[in-house]
Amino acid sequence: MAKNTPFYEMHVRNNAKIVEFAGFLMPIQFEGIIPEHEAVRTSVGVFDVSHMGEIEVRGEDRMKFANYLTTNDVTRLALNQIQYTTMLYPDAGIVDDFLVYNLKDRILLVVNASNADKDFAWIMENKRFKVSVSNRSDDIGELAIQGPKAQLVMQKLFNFNLDTLKFYWAAETEMAGFPVILSRTGYTGEDGFELYMDKKYAERSWELIFDAGREFNIKPIGLGARDTLRFEMRYCLYGNDIDRSTNPLEAGLGWIVKIDKGEFIGRDALVRIKESGIKKKLVGFEALGKGIPRPHLDIFKEDAKVGFVTSGTFSPSLKKGIGMGYLDVPFSEAGIKLKVAGKESFEVEVIKGPFYKHGSRK
Amino acid sequence: MASIIDGIKYTKEHEWIRLEGDIATEGISDYAQSELSDIVMVEPPKVGTKVKAGDPIGTIEAVKAVSDLYACVSGEVIQVNEKVVKDPAIINKDPYNEGWILKIKIEKKSDYDNLLTPEQYKELIASH
Repeated sequence: MAKNTPFYEMHVRNNAKIVEFAGFLMPIQFEGIIPEHEAVRTSVGVFDVSHMGEIEVRGEDRMKFANYLTTNDVTRLALNQIQYTTMLYPDAGIVDDFLVYNLKDRILLVVNASNADKDFAWIMENKRFKVSVSNRSDDIGELAIQGPKAQLVMQKLFNFNLDTLKFYWAAETEMAGFPVILSRTGYTGEDGFELYMDKKYAERSWELIFDAGREFNIKPIGLGARDTLRFEMRYCLYGNDIDRSTNPLEAGLGWIVKIDKGEFIGRDALVRIKESGIKKKLVGFEALGKGIPRPHLDIFKEDAKVGFVTSGTFSPSLKKGIGMGYLDVPFSEAGIKLKVAGKESFEVEVIKGPFYKHGSRK
Repeated sequence: MASIIDGIKYTKEHEWIRLEGDIATEGISDYAQSELSDIVMVEPPKVGTKVKAGDPIGTIEAVKAVSDLYACVSGEVIQVNEKVVKDPAIINKDPYNEGWILKIKIEKKSDYDNLLTPEQYKELIASH
């Protein structure tokens, strides 16, 4: 039985097309993927991301424990600072990728909806040191307010200067008298915020934000545009681009692996992988003509299969097909031209960095 | 609720056909455009192609999905709608008029007679 988020009524009222995703009834789109995508790139949009899981780690050893569970270095976080990380199995396969918030009295892990139960079970199984862990996913509502106008909207709702809240920092504060966590984070490449509240304040939060955003023609945004926006930034999606059969080094996530930080789950395997070298690499590529890369299609160099597509879409900003996939390392360099074997095969070129390079992210 | 209009016929694959003399105009139904959402590429067959009823003759790509286009009737492709090739979003806005995709010179009228009536298509959609 699929769950509702605390914003479900708002989606129905806004004529959303609703689908089941990761066990939740979620809006896939309101007006259409392309107009919603453009609203976020040019003005501001609001995503219900309450399906995301929230796991809290409390106790005096919470930082030590979080550091043992994840690949990035949690001890580098100042109070209210955030980092992106992965959590691994001992063989370096990825359990999940998520954000770590270092809050005043707890560490908050904001995890993928489809992985929340699995992550919680994995964390409990590996629990050590003086900590207590709780899965708060069912109690918390979350909205993402994203776009170049996001700060103008949100500034109306907070009595401190939002310029002081930098990228990947959070504030535990109040909005209209109720407690919230506000962070300057997102999954779109635009400037923006993510806002966490007790679910009893969810509808009130939605109304406040839409009232504040009316002058910027603020819009609700569905999962469809969430995917095209993240994709244009070449951000990974767990279940498509990374999973337990891939490790962070081949996924291009080496920058969040701090191998020398001390012991953590998956470290030994990563050391071995580093020594022997990775065989495949997750890269981005764009179609040179017509054609849209779709998941599971094979990729060829002349007659030899050299990789496969993990996710692909039409890019509303670039107006062409873009894809991500794993390629054998010799064929993963930017500039290499390859063929994607669709019903009719088409040419793609491996690119470096994000597909869309004009985001307002600070 | 997807609109289903009278005076044309439909297929199980969600195309529609309008017959005028021996010229059949083909497009995709309102239900199909709404399921695909945000159509971004249309590749119809070339003018002059001989097609057989039920054959895949082209593709329609949306942001998140791709769908085959099937020939509703047998015959020869005599025209394709270059406007929807240039601006595929027309199909989302007006699937039954401006959003037509191709015209086929029909070989035998029985192909048309065998297609779904609006009532039959309505039942098919309701069962989805």
